[in-house]
Amino acid sequence: MALSIPSPQATNHLDVLESHALFIFREVVAECERPVLLFSGGKDSAVLLHLATKAFAPQKLPFAVMHVDTGQNFDEVLAFRDRTVERLGARLVIASVQDSINQGRVRDPGPLGARNRLQSVTLLDAINANGFDAAFGGARRDEDKARAKERVLSFRDAFGQWDPRAQRPELWQLYQGKVNPGEHVRAFPLSDWTELDVWQYIAREEMDLPSIYFAHERDVIERDGMWLAVGDFVEARAGETIERRVVRFRTVGDANCTGAVLSNADTLEAIIAEVAVANVSERGATRADDKFSETAMEDRKREGYF
Amino acid sequence: MDLATKDLLRLATIGSVDDGKSTLIGRLLVDTRQLFDDQFDAVMAASEKRGVGDLDLSFVTDGLRAEREQGITIDVAYRYATTPTRKFIIADCPGHVQYTRNMATGASSADLALVVLDVATGLKEQTRRHLCIAALLGVRTVIVAVNKMDTVAWSELAFNRVVDEIDTLAGVLGFATALAIPVSALLGDNVVERSSHTAWYQGPSVLEALETSEAETWTTAASGARLPVQWVLRQPGGGRTYAGMVNGEALEVGQRVTLLPQGVETTITALNFGGEQILRAPVGLAADVELAAETNAGRGDLIATAPLPRVTNDFAATLCWFGDQPLVCGQRLRLKHTTKSTPVRVADLTGLIDIETLNVSEPTSLLTNEIGLARLITADALVVDDYQDNRVTGSFVLIDDVTHATVAAGMVGRASFL
Repeated sequence: MALSIPSPQATNHLDVLESHALFIFREVVAECERPVLLFSGGKDSAVLLHLATKAFAPQKLPFAVMHVDTGQNFDEVLAFRDRTVERLGARLVIASVQDSINQGRVRDPGPLGARNRLQSVTLLDAINANGFDAAFGGARRDEDKARAKERVLSFRDAFGQWDPRAQRPELWQLYQGKVNPGEHVRAFPLSDWTELDVWQYIAREEMDLPSIYFAHERDVIERDGMWLAVGDFVEARAGETIERRVVRFRTVGDANCTGAVLSNADTLEAIIAEVAVANVSERGATRADDKFSETAMEDRKREGYF
Repeated sequence: MDLATKDLLRLATIGSVDDGKSTLIGRLLVDTRQLFDDQFDAVMAASEKRGVGDLDLSFVTDGLRAEREQGITIDVAYRYATTPTRKFIIADCPGHVQYTRNMATGASSADLALVVLDVATGLKEQTRRHLCIAALLGVRTVIVAVNKMDTVAWSELAFNRVVDEIDTLAGVLGFATALAIPVSALLGDNVVERSSHTAWYQGPSVLEALETSEAETWTTAASGARLPVQWVLRQPGGGRTYAGMVNGEALEVGQRVTLLPQGVETTITALNFGGEQILRAPVGLAADVELAAETNAGRGDLIATAPLPRVTNDFAATLCWFGDQPLVCGQRLRLKHTTKSTPVRVADLTGLIDIETLNVSEPTSLLTNEIGLARLITADALVVDDYQDNRVTGSFVLIDDVTHATVAAGMVGRASFL
């Protein structure tokens, strides 16, 4: 199907955001030796991968796709990961938090413990072991106040650290990804996208997504103001009652710290309508890992988190 | 609900420290309900913890630990707002002189500058400096929020005094539009809603001005079509296409174009986007182009239409120096221009710009955050337009060879007001 764009300038916000992202992909692939795309199976990384295939069509992806696997995934997300990678013929690298635990690189938090923060070690080890010098991530600046400050191409030193006080100036669209051995950059093609943009784009492109984003019935418990799915990684504690509710997920992280929202939105249209009037941010609604302190995200990013 | 057809406006907020930039952005976001409840609660909690009394709106954008501790903005914070007509990308820029490089980062791709200044003190050196940098970076439309009107009892006289200052500077810097609005970011007057305190003011609120502004996109150019080649895509059947973002003017199938620096004249035989054929590629589209002629084109080359850019390795430029060490004559660095990198030598430093007076003096070096004029010689030929004609093909950065840090922003040519 041929595009018909009447305006002499692509000013529709989705067209502008899309082309900007394609431009970023090509710049990083041209300037870096060994890029990799971080793919969690969530909606943002699904959009990221979709944009990457557009940037290099009709060729195959010129880089591998890496999943940092905490071992605490939703089954629906793993299924989505595998069918997507197979459809694209992409090379999948799995960096396993369980391996990091087995090797003694991180302390085992126990079968029900949070592994979210342990990912930083696994991620950095995998970046070093594979010699990656650039990692594409699906982070958006509207998600968090630390991310709001981060460059599109964000420099990481040999320890994987982000130094928010010494970011490279990033003028016009002159993205500069050169690093010395051992250092790398994180590249965020979705920097200027909002949650609503992502959903509108998914609808426009008729993209496949994990089913847990759509309203479905599930056994849940209410904990710390969040609805957690009961399963292998979450058990009801004393005083908590298991309830059958119609829920959906706004973000997809580890099964034990990602909350569901009560929602009947079972189509993309319904989700877009819901997101457009939401009064709680997606991380605020659904991520226990961001609730520790006012700079929880900045602290994790300094350590090398996504 | 037709959310998918909004247009996009990129704005940078600039101004001196303590004049209330972050507070104004916070107020804009709160009063247009862009802030989620949990984000609002977090700002309330942070305000309380720092003992600033009431809600401190600057905490909406000052997200880094050091920023909250010191009460200043260090780096650009990007915020997003959507109204029924527009999507806004807001770059909230830092005021302190040592963070000028971050301010330039925010302003380089801005369609419009939103300047915030204190009515009691008027145009401070930092604000003048930022306006000058914004003008150098090609910003043509300015909205000036004359803030803290509540502290001067909403005095029209005080407002007009500042407007006179702004008009004088705007005239010198050649802004197309410089609209001044009396506001109180703290109280919300004339930010979203018109104020009842300023009956003498008939103009729009800040939000109304932003929604109706006809500022051109930062990539608007006075040149022909330009497509810097980023990457070569192999097509099934053996052909090749050249991928890049269209700039200057749209490209069409059948159009005559010139491949530079080779100087090969040829025709566009096909245009694609994301693997689909299209007939026309508008400005801003990341397209790929098939050419009739067999060429050796690759990354760093440029596909262009008339008026053609210059092919040169010796040119005059305006530099904003960000390096920690002074820039001196003869220094060797790396230069990135569009999609091309090449070694560069600073052949001559020809001027140092005094931001206060806009006088140009004879420099011996450029210190951190100083702006100067230089003659540069590159190892490989570049295909350039003057920056005032095209912000994409007229801009470049200088890169330290050892650390790979970006140490300067550069613009081909010299601003008309210098």
